Amino acid sequence: MNSVTRIQSRTAVLADENIDTDRIIPARYLTTTTRDGLGKNCFNDWRYLKDGSDNPDFPLNRPEAKGCSILVAGRNFGCGSSREHAPWALLDYGIQAVISSEIADIFRNNALKNGLVAIVLDTNPHRWLLDHPGADVTIDVKAQTITTPGHAEIHFELEPFARHCLLEGVDQMGFLLQHLDAIKTYEQRQREAA
Amino acid sequence: MTARTLFEKVWDAHVVAPETADTPAVLYIDLHLIHEVTSPQAFTELRARKLQLRRPDLTLATLDHAIPTLHPRPNGERPYATPQAKHQVTRLEANCEMFGVELLGWNSASRGIVHVIGPELGVTQPGKTIVCGDSHTSTHGAFGALAFGIGTTEVGHVMATQCLLQRKPRTFAITVDGKLAPGVSAKDLILYVISKIGVNGGTGHVFEYRGSAIEALSMEERMTVCNMSIEAGARAGMVAPDEKTFTWLKDRPRSPRGADWDAAVARWTALRTDPGAKFDREAHFDAADVRPTITYGTNPGMAIPLDAPVPAARSAAEARALKYMQLTAGKPLAGTPIDIVFIGSCTNSRLPDLRAAARVLAGRKVAKGVRMLVVPGSEQVRVQAEAEGLDKVFTDAGAEWRLSGCSMCIAMNGDMAPPGKLVVSTSNRNFEGRQGKGARTVLASPVTAAACAVAGSITDSRPYLAEEAVA
Ligand code: SF4
Repeated sequence: MNSVTRIQSRTAVLADENIDTDRIIPARYLTTTTRDGLGKNCFNDWRYLKDGSDNPDFPLNRPEAKGCSILVAGRNFGCGSSREHAPWALLDYGIQAVISSEIADIFRNNALKNGLVAIVLDTNPHRWLLDHPGADVTIDVKAQTITTPGHAEIHFELEPFARHCLLEGVDQMGFLLQHLDAIKTYEQRQREAA
Repeated sequence: MTARTLFEKVWDAHVVAPETADTPAVLYIDLHLIHEVTSPQAFTELRARKLQLRRPDLTLATLDHAIPTLHPRPNGERPYATPQAKHQVTRLEANCEMFGVELLGWNSASRGIVHVIGPELGVTQPGKTIVCGDSHTSTHGAFGALAFGIGTTEVGHVMATQCLLQRKPRTFAITVDGKLAPGVSAKDLILYVISKIGVNGGTGHVFEYRGSAIEALSMEERMTVCNMSIEAGARAGMVAPDEKTFTWLKDRPRSPRGADWDAAVARWTALRTDPGAKFDREAHFDAADVRPTITYGTNPGMAIPLDAPVPAARSAAEARALKYMQLTAGKPLAGTPIDIVFIGSCTNSRLPDLRAAARVLAGRKVAKGVRMLVVPGSEQVRVQAEAEGLDKVFTDAGAEWRLSGCSMCIAMNGDMAPPGKLVVSTSNRNFEGRQGKGARTVLASPVTAAACAVAGSITDSRPYLAEEAVA
């Protein structure tokens, strides 16, 4: 995983609440055996019209949303399935951070493990960001702050270990493997108890 | 010792390294279920890191998500929807071979939806930690296991270390007392609960379902309830094991035997929330308030009694949902013509679900123009249902009877609904496009779904059940 310390971008906004993983990446695109190339089907059924052309009503298709790497989404983003294809698709599409007032547990875990910064904000700053698409936002992962020119800094919480992994660009497998002795001891204890 | 909840007892027993301010706990996993769709990238990761699978003996694989539910062609070929779907299956077969994982594949009489076969085989047991790259892993909590869905990176973690990094979730007691009315099922109950606490009501929490109405449920019904915990945002839902649990598990192919069984039951009996133990949150419901319930929108929390009018939209997202569903606020869903009925999925595809649907369908016909698909949850369920003649009831009524699998629950195997069609489904998700691009889903219980198939429109099953009682 690459280290993520700072993201600066204009925001794109999908204001709907409860944007589920099937909307992020419909199940029929899950018949892949790799992590790559899912970006073209990210938000597939929302983003394209029947004839395959871009749907002008999909907010991320608007010219001003092009190239934005910070997505501000309505409450409870990423609910639904455990498919890690959802963060893979978003990252491949070019999104590096998702901000909402609530993010579903499994999606959030999956996102952070892949370097997609998933940020939960209080409702007021979240509301402001929803109402201001195209805001010029800087996310500082180390300081855990979001700044927009002319506004007070917003602080956000991030699980300390996930933050550490983002900043150092390390993945969690390595950390788990350091516990092999403790794991063996645990298994030994289980065998004796049985 | 301080009073602990059921969840805390199971959690505590699996901590390999406790959590600190800086690091999550290392949690031991007793059973890892895998399937073709969310595992290939994890196996690739293992190979890239030159790692072995730590405990193949605690890992069990099956085929369910992307596989065809139609019988093989005369030449023996399986009618896969796409070459990619077939490729996923051959990948899983090769990966299981290479890493020494038992695969309940095409040739196994135990194959089926991952959350149906775990309990059926008796590998799902009280007090275990169980994970799978599938969010409905919560189903196994019906047995007092701590069971939850994980992403593919975590699938790799469990493969390599048999452990996961986890922050301890909070606890949420959902108490349901009173009695469900006749014709009202566990599916109606859980849809009702989700509609009350919301699709995000359980985020960060593990549910414990308790109270006299939960105790009165059969094991299959408890599975239906726990299955949909994730639809309220909770990663897991649990029910304390009791005599019913033990009776259900006894003599299953992989349940403990003899002295081991007695020791297991003694251990399992202690798996209850201690008197005085505190939950972080609590909610109480009365089972008598639950009526036959269906969804009208595009998430499982948008659920109402079958005869109630569609509520007005309270947000832009709800307005969008009504538009997608082509429904008008203020009018009831009852009477709306339907196109497809799907009975299946890890929520409602076990034998009692099929029996209940068959009771409604016996001697009746699926309405003209309606397509009905009945997909058993496992090959075991299929064989038992066929032994009871349920398949005949379905096919005589004009329904399709299939091999087991996820089928139209996730619509990635070719079983899908065309755009705009209205599907009454016993599955768990009514998200936009879940059952096919543009398809509209109404979630319902097996009896409601069967009654809708006969009527050709959204209808209450109770008159059909009452007629049957008289006959
Ligand atoms: S039946 Fe549906 S919800 Fe259950 S495991 Fe299969 S796809 Fe997931």
